[in-house]
This record gives sequence, C-alpha cells and structure tokens, in this order.
Amino acid sequence: MLTALYIMLGLALALGVALGYAALKFKVEGDPLIARIDAILPQTQCGQCGYPGCKPYATAIANGEADINQCPPGGDAGVRALADLMGVEYKPLNAENGVEKPKAVAFIDEDICIGCTLCIQACPVDAILGAAKHMHTIIASECTGCELCVAPCPVDCITMEPIAETPDNWKWKYPTIPIKPVMTL
Amino acid sequence: MNALVNFAKIFKFHGGVHPPENKAQSTQLAIGQLSLPDKLVLPLRQHVGNIPKIKINVGDHVLKGELIAEAEGTVSAAIHAPTSGTVTAIEDAIIPHPSGLPDRCITITPDGKDSWIERKPQDWRNADRKTLVASLRLSGIVGLGGATFPTHIKLRADGKSGVHTLVINAAECEPYITCDDMLMRERSEQIVKGIEIAQYLLGAEKVVIGIEDNKPEAVVAMQTATTNTAMQVIVVPTLYPSGDARRLVHLVLGQEIPFDKRSTEVGLQVFNVATVLALYRYFEFGEPSLNRIVSMTGNVQTPQNFEVLFGTPLLHLVDAAGGIKSGTTHFIMGGPMMGFDLPDDNVPITKAANCIIAASPTLFAPPPPAMPCIRCARCADACPVSLQPQDLYWFAKSDNFEKARDYKLFDCIECGACSYVCPSNIPLVQYYRYAKSEIIAADRAKEAADIARERNDFRLARIEREKLERAAKHAERAQAAKQTTATASNELTGTTPETNKDAGSGDAQKTEKQAAIAAAIERAKAAKAAAAAVGEVPKNVMETSSTVKAEIAEIETRRASVGLAEKSTIDEDKQAKIAAAIARAKAQKAAAEAAKNKD
Repeated sequence: MLTALYIMLGLALALGVALGYAALKFKVEGDPLIARIDAILPQTQCGQCGYPGCKPYATAIANGEADINQCPPGGDAGVRALADLMGVEYKPLNAENGVEKPKAVAFIDEDICIGCTLCIQACPVDAILGAAKHMHTIIASECTGCELCVAPCPVDCITMEPIAETPDNWKWKYPTIPIKPVMTL
Repeated sequence: MNALVNFAKIFKFHGGVHPPENKAQSTQLAIGQLSLPDKLVLPLRQHVGNIPKIKINVGDHVLKGELIAEAEGTVSAAIHAPTSGTVTAIEDAIIPHPSGLPDRCITITPDGKDSWIERKPQDWRNADRKTLVASLRLSGIVGLGGATFPTHIKLRADGKSGVHTLVINAAECEPYITCDDMLMRERSEQIVKGIEIAQYLLGAEKVVIGIEDNKPEAVVAMQTATTNTAMQVIVVPTLYPSGDARRLVHLVLGQEIPFDKRSTEVGLQVFNVATVLALYRYFEFGEPSLNRIVSMTGNVQTPQNFEVLFGTPLLHLVDAAGGIKSGTTHFIMGGPMMGFDLPDDNVPITKAANCIIAASPTLFAPPPPAMPCIRCARCADACPVSLQPQDLYWFAKSDNFEKARDYKLFDCIECGACSYVCPSNIPLVQYYRYAKSEIIAADRAKEAADIARERNDFRLARIEREKLERAAKHAERAQAAKQTTATASNELTGTTPETNKDAGSGDAQKTEKQAAIAAAIERAKAAKAAAAAVGEVPKNVMETSSTVKAEIAEIETRRASVGLAEKSTIDEDKQAKIAAAIARAKAQKAAAEAAKNKD
C-alpha cells in the first residue's frame, strides 16, 4: 500500500520536473496560431476584411473576433484552408467584404500623374516608386493588387490591370473531354 | 550484326513500354539541307531559364553568327543570327509552346548572302578550362535532346567537378524521332571529337555511349569512330523511355541517382549526341548554335531529317519534305509520347524541336473516351520511376495537391508510359501536368505572399521608426529653444537662473512676449495718431490722381454715413472671404454628416 503511494508520488515528481523543464526548454515565442493563419492569408494587405492588414486579421481570427470568410483575395480556397486550420465549418465568402477577382496589378498613367505622392503613402508594400512632383510608377513584381492606391489618387490616373497569361505563368488545364455534336437536328 | 554483340552488362530499369517505333520512314534519306526561308523568326524563349536580353534594334543588319540576344542571369542562353540579313521586327508572335500564347520574337529577313561574322576557333586542348566554359555562355548551346538546359551550366566544373563518368545519350527511345540516329550515321567522327571536348572540360575519366539496339547503323558508325579511344559504346535494349537521363544511367552503369540529387552530385554527367556535336563546332570552328537536325515525319510525302536553321517557319520545312499528305490535321512537336500539338501551322523551329510529326486521324486515332479507373495498377507496372500513377491520378483529379506532392509527383518525367498502357484510356499525364502547374503556381503565389509580408512588416517598422525619430527631433528642438530663451531672458532681465527657475521659464517667456506685443501696439498707435495729426493719407493712396482721391473721399463720406469709417476696405474683403469659407466648410460638414447618416 505504502509502496504504491511512493511509486505514484515519485512518478508525479519525476513527471512534474520533466514537464517543467520542457515548458522552459521548448517555450514558443508568440502565438503560433496567428502565424499559421497569417501564412494562409494572401498578404495583399488590402484591408477588405475590415482590418488594417493581413496580420491584424489573422490575430482577430485567432481571438475569435473575426470570421474566416472575410478575405476576398484569398478566395474560396483560402476560406477552405482557414476552415481546415481552425476546425470550423466552411462558409462561402462574405459578399460584404467584396468578391474574388482575378489577380491584378496597379498601373499608373504617367501622362496624367502629377506626382502628389498620395499613392506612395497608401501602398502597404512600398511597391510605388516616385517623389514629390516627379512621376510615379508601380513596381509590378512587388504589387499585391490591393487597390489601396486607386482611391487616394486626386487625378484618377491609377487603374488595375489584370495579369495577362504568358507562356511563363500559363498553366496546364484540367483534362476535359470535348463535347462534339454527333447529330444535327 | 556481330558489332551488336554486347559485352557490357545491362541493368534493366523498372517498367517501360515498347510502342511501335515508326523510325524507318525518316531514315531512308540522308540529312537534307534547306534553302534559306523568306524570314526567320527567333523566339527569345527557346531554352530553360531566363529570357535573354535583346542586343539589336529593328533595322540593324546582322551577320551570320552575330549575337542578337545575350544570356541574362545564371540559367540562360544566348541567341545568334542564323544567317546574315536585316532585323525587320521585334514583336510578339505565336511560339511553339503548348500554351499557344504569343511571346517576344526577333524576325530576320535574310539577305541571301549568308555571310559569316568573324569566327574565333579556340585551341581547347591548350586553354584554361575555366575560360573555355565561360566562353560557352556566348555560344547559345543548350541541351538538344529536348530539355534545352543551357550547356555552359552543365559544364561549369572549374576542373574539380568530381564528375568521373560522362554518359552520352544516344538512346533516342521515342517513336518517330530519328535525328540523333542520322547524326551518328553521318557525323560520328565529329561527335567523338565533341565528346573529347566535353570529357576534357569535365575532367571525366570514363565515357560511355548508350545507344538503343534499333539503330544498328548508328552503333556501327559510333563503334568505328571510337575504335582508338577509351570510349565505350553500350547497346541497350529498345524500351521506352531508356532515353531519359536517369534511366540511361541505370541501364549502362547500374546506378540509381537519388531522386533529390543531381547527376553531378554522384559524379555523373549526361549529354546528348547533338549537344556534343554543337560543342565541337563551337570550339573547333567558332560557330555558335545556329541550327539543328529535325526529323520531319508522319503524314508527309517524303519523311526525312533536315539540318534546319533556328527560326525557320514550320511550313518551309514541311515543303522540303514534299508537303503534307491529305488528312493532315495538325503538327506535333517532339514525339507521340511526350510531344505536344503545335498551336499554329507556321511556328518557327526552335532549339527544342527534335521532331515534327504531321498528324492525321489514321496515324493517331483520336483517343476513345476515358473510362473510370479500375485500379488494375498496370500504370504502376509501366512506370519507369516506380511511382504509383493510379494514386497520383486520384490526387490530381481531386485537387489534393499536397498529397500528390508527398507521393513524389515531381519525380514524374511525364513519359506517358502510364497513359499508353491504361486500359481505361485515362489521359494520366495530362492530370499530372495539371497538378504540377497548379502546385508551381501555388508555390509562386506563396513566395510572392512571403515577400509582400516582409515588405509590409518593413514598412510598418519604418513608419514606427520615423515617428519616433520625429518625436525625438521635436523634443530636441523644444529643449534647444527653451535653453536659448532662458539664457536670452536671463541676459535681458539680469535675473539669476535661480529666480528664473522659480518663476518657471515658460511664464517668463510668456510675459516677455506679451510685453513685446504691447510695446509694438503702443508704437503703432502712436504712429497712427501722429499721422492723423498731420492729416497724412495712408501710403497706398499717396500717389493717386486727384480724381481717384475725390472718389475715395466720396466713398469715405458714404461709409462714414453708415458707420463703417473705422474699418478699411481690405478688412471688409478679407472678412467676406472668411465668411464664405466658413459657409463652405459648414456645408461640407453637413454633407458629410448626411452621407454618414445615410450609411
């Protein structure tokens, strides 16, 4: 009887020490859940979700403040990935936050641009190059297509251009069986 | 057939298929030469890697062999003018690519003289390997077996590559294609010299040449050419896809290259016969990569191999083969197993074009409709990479890409052996290609997202830092201002710093300022009074004419009568403006509020 008690006590002590050591040794800095949600989000930093960027939205999801279907650039696939990660039911994209659009990049009409720098201040990823009273231009490879520069432009010289299909970004299509008419009526 | 007796041991790889060879048609005639076409269209995208940089302008006259586009970045290859002529266009045109999309091309209209630029042969036996390999960057030579990987990268050895064995790929396993076969029959001496160069550049001790046993003439030619060398010609059984580099290495050396390693990491390098021939011509004659042998076969009058300049329009080649026979529906580039349908009848011949097949329904019957997978696993038996094609098919079909990747989808060489044996006629390779390009696109998007995240984080950090810097600067300036006023007031009032501190420096500053203002007002008042006493008019009306003066006087009296004499007209103006501005602001505010309420 007493032996059993000692064994249990000893076990409790040993495991307690082991757990305590592990808690110190393998301590995780920050919330890994936020980072994992952030990794799924498309990082357009567009704010369509109602939060000032992807990280704040990720934090809001992790804290249960925001729903998983508020990110139009992430699209349906993004919502599914978030549902998988959070262990919740999939729900279609919330139309209030916008609709999924083909990926686009901003384009500045350099003839109209007056060099006001408002778009530069709006760009969340520093993808616009220019200076006061000098022409601005978009670094297309860095542009996330967030459209945040479109509204501040006082002369409306920024348009969103959908990314064209080139042999570089072309994808093999899902195999389909072409339907051929065998009989005309 | 004695020459075909094989003493070397062959190490059979897993799977493989043996489709009808159809090679005899195009080996009846020797390699033909083409006349100069009316124009040459050279796509910039002819090889694996970066698009080269254009070095010429429209209207320039170029000589044969002149560099017209320069390799850009590490993995890239140069492009040269295949003949002398004028650059007539640099524009987008349909290129031989499965997408059928247009891409940037340089068009050269030949002048018919075919005059060479100065050629610089190199004495490769007595030159530094590093300089030789570096000069290859300007040669434009890429792997001519079909993979089109820039050759200068494969040879980038610095003399200590650790490559001990050079494998020459002459298997040419795919049906219909005979360009390497004809090349070996006709130019085996040059090929052997090319192999010597490659061997020297790599520092390889051993050379083995793998040829399939369905090319006896080529085997004999190569054996004769290599008699006095240490090179070993190994005849391998005809089994598709023995021409895949890893399969061939397995066949001739019995060595499996680990899936996650390059062949050079295990001391092997594989070159195609046509590529080593291009190496020979570059070093021995100073000729860059300008042409290749193309098999023009299938549904044409006289199937034959031709030496074709890059950029030659497809129809020019078809005409040389006697034109198409009736029933031709489209053209296939590459073989029937791995090739793709050309999007247009007049695309140019590029470095990748080893074979063009005129296709007709009799040659390639349209595939019967795909039936459901019955999990017979015949595809797994046929797979030369020992994958599980039926599982990959399932994952690709259900967009389960992560799982497909786990099952080593990217080790699939897209040889088509699985589709060939599938009793349900499922286009398996198409599913794998679809899954691969989806995964590649997703990976690229992920990479872009990571960069965007980094840039956003950096921007937020910068804004924060600038804010702190600004605050620090303001604090510093305020501190400096405080100190100067404190010392100034101390000097003025003669008070000691102690008393000043007691009163509070801020208060002292205030009273000082107020006193100054009061003094200024006093001065202005005194001046005004003095002016009024002498009856002086304000300066701005001093020089006006008498009529204007009279007018002013009249207005002044009228103003006096309504009690406005004290205020000047300028004030009036300003006030009107201010009132208008206030009204505007109020209207705007009201509008904004109305809009808000609406929301």
